[in-house]
Amino acid sequence: MELSALVPFLAAAIVAGTPILFAAVGEVMAERSGILNLGVEGMMLVGAVMGFMITIVTGNHWTGIIAAMAGGGLMALIHAFITVTLKGNQVVSGLALTIFGTGVSGFLGKSYQGMPTADPFTPCVVPLLSDIPVLGPILFKQDVLVYISIILALGFWFLLYRTSWGLTIRSAGENPAAADAVGISVSRVRYLCTIIGGIMAGLGGAYLSLAYVPSWQENLTAGRGWIAVALVIFALWNPLRAIAGAYLFGGVEALAFRLQTAGIQISSFFLSMLPYLLTILVLVLVTVRLRQEAGAPLALGVPYDREER
Amino acid sequence: MYKVRMVRREHNSMWVEVIVPIMSIILAVAFGWLFLSWSGHDAAATYMRMLNGAIGSKYNLSETVVKAIPLMLAGLAVSLAFRMKLWNIGGEGQLYMGAFAASGIALACGDMSAWLLLPLMLLAGFAAGAIWGGIPGVLRAYWQVNETITTLMLNYVAIFWVSYLVFGPWKDPASMGFPLSARFSLNAYLPVLGTTRVHLGLIIAIIIAVLFYIILNYTRWGYEIRVSGESQEAARYAGINVTRNIILVMLISGGIAGVTGMIEVSGITHRLQQGISPGYGYTGIIVAWLARLNPFAIILVAFLFGALLVGGFGIQTMGISYSIVLILQGAVLFFLLAGEFFRKYRIVLTKGD
Amino acid sequence: MKREPLIEMNNISKSFPGVLANHNISFRVYPGEIHALLGENGAGKSTLMSILAGLYRPDSGQIKVRGRQVQFRSPRYALESGIGMIYQHFRLVNNFTVAENIVLGAKRRGIINRQEGMEGKVQELSERFGLGVDPAARISNLSLGEQQRVEILKMLYRGCDVLIMDEPTTVLTPREVQDLFKVLRFMADEGRAVVLITHKLHEVMEIADYVTVLRKGEVAGSDRIENLHESDLTHMMVAREIEYGQVNRNTAPGPAVLEIKGLQVRGDLGYLAVKDATLDIRSGEIVSIAGVAGNGQRELVEALAGLRTPAKGSIRMKGRDITDYDIRKRLELGLNMVPEDRLGMGLVPNISVMDNSILRSYYRPEFSRGPFLNYSRIRKYARSLVENYNIYLSDINYPVNFLSGGNLQKLLLGRELDKRPQVIIASYPVRGLDVAAAEAVFQLLLRERDKGTAILLVLEDLDDIFRLSDRVAVMYDGEIRAVLDADTADLNTIGALMLGAAPTGA
Repeated sequence: MELSALVPFLAAAIVAGTPILFAAVGEVMAERSGILNLGVEGMMLVGAVMGFMITIVTGNHWTGIIAAMAGGGLMALIHAFITVTLKGNQVVSGLALTIFGTGVSGFLGKSYQGMPTADPFTPCVVPLLSDIPVLGPILFKQDVLVYISIILALGFWFLLYRTSWGLTIRSAGENPAAADAVGISVSRVRYLCTIIGGIMAGLGGAYLSLAYVPSWQENLTAGRGWIAVALVIFALWNPLRAIAGAYLFGGVEALAFRLQTAGIQISSFFLSMLPYLLTILVLVLVTVRLRQEAGAPLALGVPYDREER
Repeated sequence: MYKVRMVRREHNSMWVEVIVPIMSIILAVAFGWLFLSWSGHDAAATYMRMLNGAIGSKYNLSETVVKAIPLMLAGLAVSLAFRMKLWNIGGEGQLYMGAFAASGIALACGDMSAWLLLPLMLLAGFAAGAIWGGIPGVLRAYWQVNETITTLMLNYVAIFWVSYLVFGPWKDPASMGFPLSARFSLNAYLPVLGTTRVHLGLIIAIIIAVLFYIILNYTRWGYEIRVSGESQEAARYAGINVTRNIILVMLISGGIAGVTGMIEVSGITHRLQQGISPGYGYTGIIVAWLARLNPFAIILVAFLFGALLVGGFGIQTMGISYSIVLILQGAVLFFLLAGEFFRKYRIVLTKGD
Repeated sequence: MKREPLIEMNNISKSFPGVLANHNISFRVYPGEIHALLGENGAGKSTLMSILAGLYRPDSGQIKVRGRQVQFRSPRYALESGIGMIYQHFRLVNNFTVAENIVLGAKRRGIINRQEGMEGKVQELSERFGLGVDPAARISNLSLGEQQRVEILKMLYRGCDVLIMDEPTTVLTPREVQDLFKVLRFMADEGRAVVLITHKLHEVMEIADYVTVLRKGEVAGSDRIENLHESDLTHMMVAREIEYGQVNRNTAPGPAVLEIKGLQVRGDLGYLAVKDATLDIRSGEIVSIAGVAGNGQRELVEALAGLRTPAKGSIRMKGRDITDYDIRKRLELGLNMVPEDRLGMGLVPNISVMDNSILRSYYRPEFSRGPFLNYSRIRKYARSLVENYNIYLSDINYPVNFLSGGNLQKLLLGRELDKRPQVIIASYPVRGLDVAAAEAVFQLLLRERDKGTAILLVLEDLDDIFRLSDRVAVMYDGEIRAVLDADTADLNTIGALMLGAAPTGA
């Protein structure tokens, strides 16, 4: 590919990677605390539609963003209530959340189908930096949400691995009994992280409806929630690696799209398989090499019951 | 002042086992009632239409059964893996691969007699699904690779693969640009019951349920699966070949999901196309879980879910969007999940100070 | 002068479904004292202390700390009141370092973790109490003794002045026990209090200042140690004289049945857990393995049973090389094993007593009819096991989880003995059993020995080892260091060997 074609392609890869980066980093937080939430797709959809509606109503995309975060967070709250308080099955609850979220988003967004956004996010050109050849147009002519997603990923990485809060969160996912014994409220940590996961998924959804597409239609996410779940594993539960993975997966999506518009539709399906195949590959390699569950939090998916004897 | 405590139940009476799910469903219906009224619909009429749509006439009832068949099979498929604590959430992908292989046979050998063609399609569907379930099985058995993730990932690979076929090499030139394969020859159609769309798949599902019940409860191999599912350590201690059983169970689980795909293309769509399954593989997980992995309960729960799906289509004619059906479905699940808690725990009020 | 108690628990009651674990218990601890909480298994010691540590909530009763009434809704509140408990199963995050585990959840720190600062503070504390642990080490690489010291540091770091330890000596060598007692004494001298949950009388006599004895969930007695005799304590614990059955040594064992030569076995993490094991077990004798847990006993036993492939060396049974035989082939030859993990490996949880009775023989023709299981035979067989081995249960169709520890072990042992074995290998067969149940298990094993079976036991209590075995094999660091005659060997020699002392003489 020519450089002139490569630059817009890479820029597009970042844009395509951003919604899954938001969602995946959120899911990393939830899973690190021990809660598997397969409802990412549903939470993203609710975030997307809430962000879109409120932006239309208020004419300001920032109020839309807040609404999207609230929407995703509320969805996650349902999951947290069922899996933490009621110790319910996390896989089933996550699947139910996806069904529910698809329904809620379709219901809410019915009259907004296909409308243009009132106030879309547009690329902001970072002075000076954007003039750097090649890198400038790729990295520094993006919309502000792209930067926020990177900052949040970095921030959550720092939180997880360099702070006492991170220690607390990881302990809840590794050995909740140990966390409980030193006075950490496992339930509170898991609630909080699950809700953070929902807020981030909501942001990812809003990125689609307010910046990437930017419009609303039913099932707008088209499986990106599931890609985010894959990305969490691909990144081995580490927000830093999620950044790289998100742009890789985004690149695959951008390439598939390009091939499709160029009329080479067939091979795009094979490209679309790539993120999933890569995730399996990474999982196999790491598991075989480390001879354990590939860095997955040990108590992932297991409800914690203090008085269980 | 009173304190609220949760106490784990030791042994459940039949009463609790029955009353809790019923209460859950009643509450879900009540929630739906409020939601429908709030969103400006006539809740009573909607429910009546739903009920009518699902079981109101012979035709509607038959449509419910048609929807329930793939759910029965998908639920049975994953239930076997779940028995061994193998979280096969790849029923969807295995279903697509089964549909693909069965379609391949149907398209290639269309003039073969139905007596030969249908068993061959069934076998191909089973084999393709088995391979799709077997790969995660082998990875899990030999290298402890988490099967939840691999099966989930392979779903997408399978769906994209079928999309590739119907958009590409298998696309019917006569389909006017739609992503559809050519229509199968009549020999590849599953026999149906009278004038309905209820096909032989129902019998196949029931046979599999009976087989599962017998195998799990009365055979040596079923005993091995039950032991391995409760404790792999105990299984090794008993001299059970756990590695072999993991692979075997994943092969059969995937295979039956593959049969589900075969039955959908051979019994319903009569061609390969995109979206042959609106998530039967996933709903199958829910069905199996709700049925607590009991094969006969799976048949029953699948029927209820089929009714919910068909009833949902019914109310669309009233101008109620399908989204509302999904919301109601989600709510039913949430209430059932919450009910699980009350099945396992008792809430005790004690006088505190 | 009347001192103020640090802890005052009044009329505590707590029940679990089907069990009244604590009934109307009152308990006081004063600053500067080491208080032993003594009792048999199931007497309610752990439950009482878990209530004090905020893990369980009492059904009734009140707790006062330094005179102030408190209600602990979770361990956090207990910790904030200065009460810390170290459980038998350590509550440590294996993937974290020592320092990370210690600061986890602790208050009054900045949010950002600075590696050096964190580790420095831990190092300092560790030196002050003479605990000697490397703050940067990962928990998964530490021995159980070291992990226990991490747990102690964790509590000290939080400024706990009441430290509760649940059976702390089970995982320690006699030497490590002495070190632990030194640390505990040091803490008490500083004005803190230590509660030691134990069922070992000699420990109580050695270290405690004060003792409270529980029996069946109630206080059976409580006094200063000076006022008590060991026999008083025994009496309070069991309220009856324990009559140990007379054990006679077998002076004329038969030929060697199981011969282990130069065996090497890898552990779970790939290192050599058994480095050199050579041992003969003769017909009609009991050989016990003495050693601190984690010195290769588990791997050795699993290799003998066929659950683990040896890296090197040979196992012969009655002259036949069985090194490459799988578990079932060994079973057919009469090599039976009672695993350490009773409910999980030896018996299958959530499955009926009947199904468990055929766990290791379900494939045999007598229980089969073609591919099917012959349930009428199985039912009859399960009933005969229950009868022959005095297992108390209400229904063989109920899951085994409903059985008590003693009955579980009788079912497990009975199932294995019923196969008329040539060799029995049993790991920790009396762990967690009360005195009566343990005695029943011992009698079963002795009876089996007298029938001419070769028996290999892994035991943790040296008293049990001496009482029961004909010979003692001492294991240290993956090697069988010495095999001694139980009659001539003395406790000190074995204790020293367990700690890695070179064997003297022949």
